Amino acid sequence: MRYLPKSTTEREQMLAAIGVKSIEELFSSIPEAYRLKNPLNLPGPLSEAEVIQYFQARGAENSTGYTSFLGAGVYSHFRSVVTDAILQRGEFLTSYTPYQAEIAQGTLQAIFEFQTLMCELTGQEVANASMYDGSTATTESVLMAERLTGRQRVLVARSLHPEYREVLRTYAKNSGLKVEEIGFRSTGTLDLSGLKAALRDDVCAVVIQSPNFFGAIESLAPVAEAAHAAGALLVVAVAEALSLGLLKPPTEADIVAMEGQSFGLAPSYGGPFVGVIASREKFVRQMPGRLTGQTIDQNGHRGFVLTLATREQHIRREKATSNICTNQALCALAATVHLTLLGKVGIREMAEQNLAKAQFTLSELEKIPGLKRSFTAPFFNEFAVELPRSVKMVNTELLRSKIVGPYVLGAAYPELSKHALVCVTETTSRAQIEKFVASVKAALESPL
Amino acid sequence: MMNEKIKKASRHTNQNEGLIFEKSSPGKRAFELPPLDVPAIDASKALGGFYRKEGVEGFPEVSEIEVIRHFTRLSTWNYAIDLGMYPLGSCTMKYNPRVNEYVARLAGIATEHPYQPQELSQGCLRILSLLEKCLLEITGMDAITLQPAAGAQGELTGLLLIRAHHQKHGNPRKKVLIPDSAHGTNPATAVIAGYEVENIKSNADGQVDIEHLRHQVTEDAAALMLTNPSTLGIFEQQIPQIAEILHAKGALLYMDGANMNALTGVTRPGDLGVDVMHLNLHKTFSTPHGGGGPGAGPVATKKILEPFLPIPVLVEKEGGRLALDFQRKESIGRVRAFGGNFGVLVRALAYILAYGPGVRQATEDAVLNANYIRKHLEGTFDLPYTRPSMHEVVFSDAIQKKHGVNTMDIAKRLIDYGFHPYTTAFPLIVPGALMIEPTESESKEECDYFIDAMKSVAEEAEKNPELVKSAPHTTRIRRLDEVGAARKPILRWRPAAKRGEAAD
Repeated sequence: MRYLPKSTTEREQMLAAIGVKSIEELFSSIPEAYRLKNPLNLPGPLSEAEVIQYFQARGAENSTGYTSFLGAGVYSHFRSVVTDAILQRGEFLTSYTPYQAEIAQGTLQAIFEFQTLMCELTGQEVANASMYDGSTATTESVLMAERLTGRQRVLVARSLHPEYREVLRTYAKNSGLKVEEIGFRSTGTLDLSGLKAALRDDVCAVVIQSPNFFGAIESLAPVAEAAHAAGALLVVAVAEALSLGLLKPPTEADIVAMEGQSFGLAPSYGGPFVGVIASREKFVRQMPGRLTGQTIDQNGHRGFVLTLATREQHIRREKATSNICTNQALCALAATVHLTLLGKVGIREMAEQNLAKAQFTLSELEKIPGLKRSFTAPFFNEFAVELPRSVKMVNTELLRSKIVGPYVLGAAYPELSKHALVCVTETTSRAQIEKFVASVKAALESPL
Repeated sequence: MMNEKIKKASRHTNQNEGLIFEKSSPGKRAFELPPLDVPAIDASKALGGFYRKEGVEGFPEVSEIEVIRHFTRLSTWNYAIDLGMYPLGSCTMKYNPRVNEYVARLAGIATEHPYQPQELSQGCLRILSLLEKCLLEITGMDAITLQPAAGAQGELTGLLLIRAHHQKHGNPRKKVLIPDSAHGTNPATAVIAGYEVENIKSNADGQVDIEHLRHQVTEDAAALMLTNPSTLGIFEQQIPQIAEILHAKGALLYMDGANMNALTGVTRPGDLGVDVMHLNLHKTFSTPHGGGGPGAGPVATKKILEPFLPIPVLVEKEGGRLALDFQRKESIGRVRAFGGNFGVLVRALAYILAYGPGVRQATEDAVLNANYIRKHLEGTFDLPYTRPSMHEVVFSDAIQKKHGVNTMDIAKRLIDYGFHPYTTAFPLIVPGALMIEPTESESKEECDYFIDAMKSVAEEAEKNPELVKSAPHTTRIRRLDEVGAARKPILRWRPAAKRGEAAD
């Protein structure tokens, strides 16, 4: 087998050195009755060429050749080949968690840079080394707020990503945490009076996403004010992190839970992505996940180490702030390289193109009779529209034009049947947008 | 000072490199977009009060070559499997096949959106389906979810399944039993699942104390979380009896599959009485650690827990068409948005396909390497538990302690010989542990280098302890002030002018 660096002779030499006659002897501590007598029933072995052929064949059964208008938490953006070249350096790809700091300074400094970039982007004081994704970052932010306030009720905007809410409910179920939802108004943004009515001194956190699941940008200041007046913390989730290239950072938030997939990570059918939690310095000891800190070595040289580990499971066990161990380090590195490439100017230009293309798409769509915008609040690269027909039916028609249509909002929001969530990024060309609009128009005009 | 013949490494020039922020200069750029092909708009008008006037303060402005050099220089400061042996016990740092990276990036694989229609996702679903079948065959279990993002999340998923099962029978129960040798994630996870942790003691052989266990398994016990082989690298021989004791009281057996590299193709947890387990695809199934992740932690169960699996569940329809089933009334819900770390799952399947049934040879070689190292280092280092080793061996620093040298010192000195350290000070039941897991990826030659290096360090510990205690000597930085880092945390870079504020 090509991955195994031993000849039969070497195996025999090693067995002899150990003093056993056969490899079977080394497994003697497994009761005989439980040792497999036959080889496992697995496909393979495949040569490298066959492995590639297998996955190419699977890839061909997917959506190659289609233009997609899906976002809803996963976004297509340009990624420089430089990012991947760095990521595939074995020194990053095949290294372990940097517990041995002297021979992991590359990873540690890169994490320190990641933490800095995340702080700059979110306007927060500290950011951790990564969480699994936006959904678990949001959930862990709520658990952090629960620890900080000692309260067990959480108010969650209904316009928070439906799957983020589902994950929160899964985690909350057994911890005594009570999750309640706050609705939205015709603007597409949070129902502030509903929030105020629900806020009492037993609420640990208010959770709101911006831009929210409908693409609508939330006014955070009044939400923060209401939350803080009740002694609750404000958790702001960001599912489309690129929006922060053009939007004011959520400085009103006490905790920011972000999905960083837009920064150099492929959609990859849902993962791996990179979550991040950013917060205020005074809350750092209740933060989950790894943190890298700057320090000096014996000779006074600057260096970096994993720090404040007394929060973590390998030290604190059942008293840890979270059970997270393995995180998404390589994805955080991708985000770091990607954002370094974009830089101060690039992230702005990319964000501006998203905004311009989404605005253009909406203005073209609004020319279609019977189609109207669902909400009035400003948006970034995603917006909701109401169709005169079922979105599913329209989407089925779009497939004929090799278009993957917008997200069907009715799936998660029964009150929004006939509403579609359209996403347009810098990767979508004007020609593709025009074809999409024409195809939607045709689908709506076709006889039922 | 050091025997150059056995030293795998030599010094080489290592470039200095500051933080990327310190290289920034306004006007430089490393990225250009195609021209905008729709009318430009005034963002400040469109966004009003939400508009970020200043741009993202602190973001660097550098050129492409500077980005390449910056990260390439940083990379040279890392140790990596691609450079040499990484004997971290319990971490299974094996070779990460390059073809796995290639296939995970293919068009049609990396490009797919989780919400695209299922009829346009049959390729992705077939990958998931085949991986499920392979993992079920390897574990001997009945049902599986690929959703958990890492081992710890797999543990949580497993415990939530157990909880749902007990709940269905009227009582979620109160406690989870965890051996004192367990990974820290086990107790941390039990708490999140709403359980109290009760530690169970190992006996003198490093096995679960069966008589003690009998007393601890009451109607209050939801489950026992058992790592097998244990973190001592010893196979838990009484596992069928343990399962019986638990089942007699209605409790379930959870197996932490972190050490599955010792068992794959040789025995199956499902046959041993295990009810639910997680796998670490970034350990046993070779997906790269990437400096700390991403991983994937699939959870395999027996039939009784299947109704509770996270949604969606992959199902096969007529004609072989695959679909995702979201309508599962008894499901524990989601543990993560979307289907899981798909790109990691792709790599794991590529690994399994490359081996096929021959994956047993990898297990055999891993166990062979661990025992070869044990044989050669026994006597030089204290072996507190003498039962047969599986894929890893745990020594203690008892002999070197006499000279004031501890496991961390030995580990740091190993760096000077060109090796990554083994796992230090874990498991907790072995004071001063040296936990060594070579994996199957090491040749006899590399194992011999390692043995020689370890013996040489032991000799140094005796003759020149200071040399060992002040190691490493060859790295570009020396031991770091961790206490200072924690006392006054500096967790981000700030521009020079702002440093004063940071100190507040």
